[in-house]
Amino acid sequence: MPDVDKQLYLSSSPHIHAEQTTGAIMRAVIYALLPACAVSVYFFGLPALWVLLVCMAGCVAAEALCRKIMGREQTWRDGSAALTGILLALNLPPSTPWWLALLGAVVAVVVAKQIFGGLGYNPFNPALVARVVLLISFPVQMTRWSAPSPGGSGLDALTTATPLGEMKTAVMLTGQLPSHSGAQTVDYFVGNMGGCLGEVSALALLAGAIYLFWKRIITWHIPLSFIGSVVVLGGIFWLVDPARYPSPLFHLVTGGLLLGAFFMATDMVTSPVAPVGMIVFGTGCGVVTVLIRLFGGYPEGVSFAILLMNAATPLIDRYCRPRKFGYMPRKA
Amino acid sequence: MSRKPKTFHGGLHPPDSKAASADKAVEICPLPDEIIIPLSQHIGAPAEPCVAVGDSVCRGQVVGEARGFVSVPVHASTSGEVVAVEARPHPSGRDLPAVVIRPDGRDQWCDDLRGLGEDELAAESVRNKLCACGIVGLGGATFPTHVKLSPPPEKPIDTLIINGAECEPYLTTDYRLMLEDPEQILDGVRLFAGVLGRPRIFIGIEENKPAAIKVIDAACASSDIEVVPLRVKYPQGAEKQLIYAITGREVPSGGLPMDAGVLVQNVRTAAAVSVAVRTGQPLIEQVLTVTGPGVAEPKNLRVRIGTPLRHLIDACGGFNGEPGKIILGGPMMGTAQLSLDVPVTRGAGGLLIFRQEDVDPRPEGPCIRCGRCVSVCPARILPTTIVAYARNDQVETAETLGVLDCIECGCCTYICPSMIPLVQFIRQAKGAIMAQKRNA
Repeated sequence: MPDVDKQLYLSSSPHIHAEQTTGAIMRAVIYALLPACAVSVYFFGLPALWVLLVCMAGCVAAEALCRKIMGREQTWRDGSAALTGILLALNLPPSTPWWLALLGAVVAVVVAKQIFGGLGYNPFNPALVARVVLLISFPVQMTRWSAPSPGGSGLDALTTATPLGEMKTAVMLTGQLPSHSGAQTVDYFVGNMGGCLGEVSALALLAGAIYLFWKRIITWHIPLSFIGSVVVLGGIFWLVDPARYPSPLFHLVTGGLLLGAFFMATDMVTSPVAPVGMIVFGTGCGVVTVLIRLFGGYPEGVSFAILLMNAATPLIDRYCRPRKFGYMPRKA
Repeated sequence: MSRKPKTFHGGLHPPDSKAASADKAVEICPLPDEIIIPLSQHIGAPAEPCVAVGDSVCRGQVVGEARGFVSVPVHASTSGEVVAVEARPHPSGRDLPAVVIRPDGRDQWCDDLRGLGEDELAAESVRNKLCACGIVGLGGATFPTHVKLSPPPEKPIDTLIINGAECEPYLTTDYRLMLEDPEQILDGVRLFAGVLGRPRIFIGIEENKPAAIKVIDAACASSDIEVVPLRVKYPQGAEKQLIYAITGREVPSGGLPMDAGVLVQNVRTAAAVSVAVRTGQPLIEQVLTVTGPGVAEPKNLRVRIGTPLRHLIDACGGFNGEPGKIILGGPMMGTAQLSLDVPVTRGAGGLLIFRQEDVDPRPEGPCIRCGRCVSVCPARILPTTIVAYARNDQVETAETLGVLDCIECGCCTYICPSMIPLVQFIRQAKGAIMAQKRNA
């Protein structure tokens, strides 16, 4: 027998490892978002495709450049920058000019992520930080919504309002919901409405979400508590005054609720690590979303809600730890 | 009787990889040219050598005497001549004192070995016999069995659990033993029960061993021993998790199974107890699964304690491919070995060989806070948070977060997508805390 002693590896147990890597997780989320990307291109045409490409390329390039300037090893291959790019694009209107999309990419990767130390260290979801920065700084460009034109090029698109925007305006002017509110639920469900690239099609988002559950990338805790609390809280208001407050179903299929609940709030880096904390986090997201939608200055509250709860994540992690094994509550 | 498989919180499902050896009957491994009996083969004080170079010893003879209460003697596993009493490679990675025997080929038993008769089975004499025969827990912890069978009077034991879970991937020794020798296991179980005074008895077996469940079930038919099918999940065989799965009781933090009124024994320990009490023959052999992609012909072998690993690999047709990692024990909790001169000791249940290409030194990445380590942790602590503190030398904070409750099953490291060696950092932190406590 040859002398093998010198070629043996030594390390402490365990000696086997699960196959799923960080890169694989990022790629799986990207795949899960492809249906939503496809639907946005179908409804909004080439401009939507442009926004997607500029955001993705911008994020990857910004990550590579930033790491190079900082003198750290390259990380863009882990897929997190590309994912941030897609998420950012899905959070922008289809008519976003290329320079604004690029600016968003730089804000997301440089300001919201690399300055904090890169993947794993950012306290806020980078795509949402970029979206909110753009929304506040360029309100005109960020609220110009193209009307969907299924299968068209989208180059000569009309502008329209989002269902949530329409609702907000009507309630502010008349104190009542617009008369047809809720009539187009099916259109809203498949994505035939004005809005950001990724928030229009509930159907495509659900398909992606099912994929994520199947691959065990996300658990039910955050999405269910997020959506559940929106439905419950939104439902309570609706029951109290259905003329003024929209139905829970309307809340569900409009705006970025599903995109936020399945793909943004579940961002692992910026959400709690333990199941109890995840439920608190998701519930918080839902409550803030409804409050902003019904009473805030903006028609849509998902982004702000998630960012707000991101800020609370360390606190939630601290107070929502699982009960350790071997610490039975004392029996009386 | 309810047949819903029982389990615990957390854990995971690594590929079980048992197919290569599960259907292979236990073979007797031929004697090697040199037997190395380490004096340290159990938790507790090492034994004191009581033979000298040149002495001839018989099979079963004491070559190292127990020192202290938590200690047992060690025995020659064949007859022959003592050729050295010196430090030799040990599974712990260090060179530790050992008695080296050159077998004479006659394999002669000592003539003064005798078992206990049916009228001699008082608790005290059984315990003494087990101590004299060097019986330790064979599930891996190697805690002297006679000590475990001496609970203080204020901690009465009402439940005995026999561990046949064998949740470590690759290993099939417990499985083979349950198939091939159920009567010996049950005899050991009855002896335990006699010492403990008629506890409730459960035998827990993972559901992926239906043949073993059937055999043991049949053997238990006329007794009040309950066979409990367990969900297939690692670490189902961990003592505290097993107790929880079967009885619903949690061993309190920092406590022992007896604090929950339970005693857990591995099936192989039960068999060894039967041999010791009935025949007086000490623990000098061990059933080992030699397996893994790096060995030519995976087998279950009955091996003399002190046999060098090199010899076991030869007995299985040598290496397959370029060996990269040699592990004594299972892939989740076993220890990697640096030398093939290391001998088999009492705790070992498997020898696992990985090829160069099976060793996967992926680089560590940043924690993405995915929470997988939290959801798989059977102790329900927060591995990633604890490690963040431990890495910054904040072991006090790590301690308040429950680092000492870690059972070191390795689930967190296994599942971590960023390849962070979580359990390794936790072990270090535990070591630092224990050292501080000793010095305080």
